[in-house]
Amino acid sequence: MLARADFIKIATATGAGFALGLRADLAPAVAASPAAVFSPNVWLSMDAAGVFTVMVNKSEMGQGIATSLPMMVAEELDAPMSAIRYQFAPADPAYNDPVWKQQATGGSTTSPNMYMTMRKAGATARAMLVSAAATRWNVEPSACSTKDGVVSGPGGKTATYASLAADAAKVAVPADAALKSPDQFRVIGTRVKRLDIVPKTNGTAQYGIDVRVPGMLIGTIEKAPSFGGTLASFDASKAKRIKGVRAVVPVTSGVAVIADNMWAAKQGRAALSIKWNPGPYGQASTASIDSMQRIALGTPGVEQSVTGDAAAVLAGKTALHAVYEVPYLAHAPMEPMNATADVRADHVEVWAPTQAQTGAQAAAAKASGLPVSAVTLHTTFLGGGFGRRFETDFITDAVEASKAVGKPVKLVWTREDDIRQGVFRSSQMSSLAGAVDSDGTIAALTHHVACSSILARIAPAAGSATGKDRISINGALPPDIAIPNSRVAFTHIDAGIPVGFWRAPGANANTFAIESFMDELAHQAGKDPVAFRRAMMPGVSRARKLLDIAAERSKWTSAAPAGHARGFAMVEWDQALVAIVAEVSMPDKKSIRVHRLTCAADCGTIINPDGLEAQLQSAMLFGLSAALRGKITIKNGGVVQSNFYDYEVLRMNDAPEMDIALVAGLDKPTGAGEVGTPAVAPAVANALFKLTGKRYRKLPLLDAIKTA
Amino acid sequence: MIRLTINGTKHDLDVPPDMPLLWAIRDVVGLTGTKFGCGVAACGACTVHLSGAAVRSCQVPVSAAAGQPITTIEGIAKNGKPHPVQDAWVAENVPQCGYCQSGQIMSATALLAEKPKPTDADISAAMSGNICRCAMYPRIKKAIKRAAGIA
Repeated sequence: MLARADFIKIATATGAGFALGLRADLAPAVAASPAAVFSPNVWLSMDAAGVFTVMVNKSEMGQGIATSLPMMVAEELDAPMSAIRYQFAPADPAYNDPVWKQQATGGSTTSPNMYMTMRKAGATARAMLVSAAATRWNVEPSACSTKDGVVSGPGGKTATYASLAADAAKVAVPADAALKSPDQFRVIGTRVKRLDIVPKTNGTAQYGIDVRVPGMLIGTIEKAPSFGGTLASFDASKAKRIKGVRAVVPVTSGVAVIADNMWAAKQGRAALSIKWNPGPYGQASTASIDSMQRIALGTPGVEQSVTGDAAAVLAGKTALHAVYEVPYLAHAPMEPMNATADVRADHVEVWAPTQAQTGAQAAAAKASGLPVSAVTLHTTFLGGGFGRRFETDFITDAVEASKAVGKPVKLVWTREDDIRQGVFRSSQMSSLAGAVDSDGTIAALTHHVACSSILARIAPAAGSATGKDRISINGALPPDIAIPNSRVAFTHIDAGIPVGFWRAPGANANTFAIESFMDELAHQAGKDPVAFRRAMMPGVSRARKLLDIAAERSKWTSAAPAGHARGFAMVEWDQALVAIVAEVSMPDKKSIRVHRLTCAADCGTIINPDGLEAQLQSAMLFGLSAALRGKITIKNGGVVQSNFYDYEVLRMNDAPEMDIALVAGLDKPTGAGEVGTPAVAPAVANALFKLTGKRYRKLPLLDAIKTA
Repeated sequence: MIRLTINGTKHDLDVPPDMPLLWAIRDVVGLTGTKFGCGVAACGACTVHLSGAAVRSCQVPVSAAAGQPITTIEGIAKNGKPHPVQDAWVAENVPQCGYCQSGQIMSATALLAEKPKPTDADISAAMSGNICRCAMYPRIKKAIKRAAGIA
């Protein structure tokens, strides 16, 4: 699993984990708006009307944290959600994630990492309000209770939080305000409407691309067609003649055209004449990278985990061998990459849809040549993230462009830039071997992963120096099954194509391999795939419970409708667990219809059931999109695809029915943004095997069925 | 000068006639609810109404939009009351990141204006040009049915 320690290592290795003093103008209560009358800590403040503003230190890219984090505060505060507003926190160490020690959003860690911090923030405020009331009434605080923003005391006395604000502000901040026990929860676990719902239905929600600053110009950058390519020369004379083009300047990533509006900038860009040096990977192609991976699978790889002696056991048995392949994938969030920067002599202001405030601040400092303390960063709404906005390339682009022209610049990527200049989910080949004992249990299993390591690119010191790579092998073995003889190995492929975090890193590829192979082993053993793995799970098992629920709700043991078949797969992501059954048919030899996805999910304590369901729906369909159609191919060191017509994503006509069952099998929340994604592809592929008798071991499946 | 009538307000714009309506709306007029997604009419994020019909504004030159009423997401509320489709979107808690939702809502309102009681197939046909990368398609479909009064 992707350990939180890895993120800290990454932060340190990328220079994002610097120590920084709290800016004087933000301390002690960054949350305090001019209207605040009570600001017990940096996380919340209250105005005279009793309305609380919760500071949200995480990026809202759809996952619902601008609702769930305030819910955690409201729970312990005993304020009604109707009295809760939220505000995105500025980039400031006061808002660091308490586990990561930096400000960033990813890895499905918002709920687990922020759960106690946000609850304590609310509990502290509540304790101070209660203390103020108790003093006013001359009673013990323990004689008072709270509900819906009102303190009640002996003899029917009541006081609203608003009426207590001035007194509460004078109370010493308690160090250890008591938290509720879960059976006292009134907000956590209830279906709460998204706090950002209205602006997201009337066009007023402000994304990075919507930022408008006085005097701002709009720019876009022509970048090298091959990864690692560099600028040889350019001629901007035609571009500069386009009406509205103000400047053409070379920047680190290419040639920036800066104009009055995006249309002029795009036209200017099209009129550029540029010569590029292709760079060291200019000949790379999908075929050449596939060859590297195939060669790697012929080696032992770097051992990552081992039990028993898998090689010896496999040598003595009828072993099954299979190789699985997945392609590069772009994230393609709906909002193209962008940022707005205003670089002045001694100060930089940046507005950005970023998942990585601390990293973005560092990138802006580096690009401007100013210290981090001179960078003010505002986080907007993010039009999707999926890991892409953990990168800071678009921040650097905007800051360099603004610096070059001495004006505020909104730097916007086109969709073609997004598809072609991304960081990608690595293409990968996985070699598996296994054997089943006569008692139906797995005797030995090996899994060798060959792909480009994310850590090798962004934080070599955190991983690839030792060859140990926890991210690349994430999810390489099935959840909750003890295998006596196993070996997981990894080989890094230095292909020159930048790879990065893409929803459920590692697991999004490894789960397709291992969960398909589990189905193959079951078939070889003559067992039902669900019964096969259930028999290997311990009696008390969160995973087994989900398996049972998914099987029951999908009617696994009864015959599928005529022409349909069902497939099963499951995955664990940092203690979150999901079991999925896909029901599919093939209307003809070239198409796949996924009728239904049944999902049983255990993400621990449920903050907002509606938000959790939405996350699982989204993650599963993100996985289905990749399973059916997702594919980036490489030619001449660059990406072949360019836009949604050749990098196809799931549309409504492909969306199946979904049935989601929620289980809360832990007394704390796990994350939920990623666990829904990885098991969809193997569930669909396993259903296709059941339907056709053919194994499809290469994604995307719509390609696989045409070439099989 | 090109005169555009957007949400009932006239705007005289000094822009080239081939400028896509999307950029005129966003960068020149300053109405940012209409979104840039692909620039090639493949995602629907930029959907607006031109004389009541849903069009991809990234592919409509301003010269072709002049003289016709243009409605954007900012213009579908009436007398301060949200459009019934917007109410349905709120009721079903549709958006995740929300970026595509202006386009989704503009496609949905055009569909319902033409077919007040759409079938599932009608909804799928009308909405499959609008990509949602958060894939809130099940909720979008439910919200359209709610707005149409279909159980």
